[in-house]
Amino acid sequence: MLRYIGRRLLIAIPTLFLVVTLAFFMMRAAPGGPFDLDRKLSPEIERNIEAKYGMNKPLAAQYVDYLAGVARGDLGPSLKYKDKSVLQILKENYPVSLRLGLTAILLAGVIGISLGVIAALRQNQIADNAVMAVAILGVCVPTFVTAPLLVLAFASKLGWFPIAGWNNGAVANMVLPVVVLALPQIAIISRLTRAGMVEVLASNYVRTARAKGLGEGRIVTRHALRAAILPLVSYLGPACAGLITGSLVVERIFNLPGLGKFFVISALQRDYTVVMGMVIVYAALILVLNLAADLILAALDPRVRLA
Amino acid sequence: MTRVETPERSAVKGRSLWDDARRRLLRNRAAVAGIALLGTLIVAALVGPALAPFAYDQVNKADVWLPPLAHGHLLGTDALGRDLLARLLVGLRVSLAIGLVATVVSLVIGVAWGATAGFVGGRLDEAMMRVVDVLYALPFIFFVILLMVTFGSNIVLIFVAIGAVEWLTMSRIVRGQTLTLKQKEFIEAARAAGLSRPAIVARHIVPNLLGPVVVYVTLTIPAVILAESFLSFLGLGVQPPMASLGTLIATGASDMELAPWLLIFPSGVMVVTLMSFNFIGDGLRDALDPKDR
Repeated sequence: MLRYIGRRLLIAIPTLFLVVTLAFFMMRAAPGGPFDLDRKLSPEIERNIEAKYGMNKPLAAQYVDYLAGVARGDLGPSLKYKDKSVLQILKENYPVSLRLGLTAILLAGVIGISLGVIAALRQNQIADNAVMAVAILGVCVPTFVTAPLLVLAFASKLGWFPIAGWNNGAVANMVLPVVVLALPQIAIISRLTRAGMVEVLASNYVRTARAKGLGEGRIVTRHALRAAILPLVSYLGPACAGLITGSLVVERIFNLPGLGKFFVISALQRDYTVVMGMVIVYAALILVLNLAADLILAALDPRVRLA
Repeated sequence: MTRVETPERSAVKGRSLWDDARRRLLRNRAAVAGIALLGTLIVAALVGPALAPFAYDQVNKADVWLPPLAHGHLLGTDALGRDLLARLLVGLRVSLAIGLVATVVSLVIGVAWGATAGFVGGRLDEAMMRVVDVLYALPFIFFVILLMVTFGSNIVLIFVAIGAVEWLTMSRIVRGQTLTLKQKEFIEAARAAGLSRPAIVARHIVPNLLGPVVVYVTLTIPAVILAESFLSFLGLGVQPPMASLGTLIATGASDMELAPWLLIFPSGVMVVTLMSFNFIGDGLRDALDPKDR
């Protein structure tokens, strides 16, 4: 087990390395630089600034410097926010994204699994069809449609929630963004759960459990659900990626101080180090979540051997 | 000259996988509805802009923010007095085109990559799939955004960027399918019967690959349309005065307090488009999966 985790983490290093390399050179290939202003700086000042950030060296040397910094856990200073390091920016803004994402995925998990189980137990009845209709809607209505529509209805017209803003994570401010992020996930999770449940409920061991005289509730929770949610665990990685793209839009629409909002702005402003820092954090997150998904899968499913 | 029926032709006609699939697809009400909807949308996108009474980029300072049905504007006008219906039709055309072209890009790369890995096998397979694994772990939306920022947003780049990202799953599907097919008895039988390798590939492997590939293609197109709209929504996709569904929704979202119709109609078209593709994709999957016959 520990050896497996160690090996997976070792494989993660070249992946991260590739991410860093690709992002670094793509960013640098972009025209313009972080110090371009409307007002032209005098060449001396520009040279001084570039020297301060080590940007007067050849690109290859800068790349090596950056890699050495990352290896030490130093992501460098921000090029636009003069008195902040990238780590500081991550520390300030990441909790917002994390809190939104975690709340959304928890909510989606609870609601999605419940809906999926109900649909599977009432297969081809009204409840099933209703759940599946909701699931299809959830997949086909993108976040950048639901977000403005919900704001229009529940914030502008009804006034139940604030239109935008974070307000230090007040519950009222979080409701709409979390719902927008959770809806597509609810759709996918309920579909996966239903498919898994339908298959498992028809299996021999569930029939055996029924034959033993176990109560339906116990069969569902103890026997069937455990096997039925296996595909869900594998979905954990892609789900996280979905939350990232969702948060890029949601944080922009609701004007939330999370990382997603920073990313596009920083990329447009050529704030190289901030963009790199975010790419690294998200890539690491996806790698860790994929590893976690495989470990959970192995724990739940005795047929899976970690090799 | 009259053609003589050959003995094979006049023999009992077998039901091919595709005959079966078509019959089952047409029995699936959601899929048929999806096909009808999508057909309508495609026709509207192709001929609509030519028939619309206004041009999509025709600015009219006198008629700004008109609600639907006012002054001959069926769906109203935007902040520059441009006709929403005309813009919507052009936007739909752009979105569908991007969906199609980027999917073809992903199809070509994915099938070539996956089939090579699956056929050749061994070390090469291992190496090629490791590359896919690594690319899978990339936060791809970031790279598409970086690409757009780096090279400026032009429509060709959108095709390439999204297509280059979407091929990963395709290559995995094709490889997996090729690997299992290689070991099937009917391939062995074909080999025993003396069929050459290219003949086996053409006669047995490719037709069996087609099913999953077609299903995945119908599901990739909406994913691509969605990805493009994301970019457009973030201001990195199609640039004005051109329109796509994403840019229309983005402007609609920023003007929704004043002119909710600018948000509601493009959103509706977007949802209907995605839904029809998903219905067709699900229907095709059920129709082509020989497992639950």
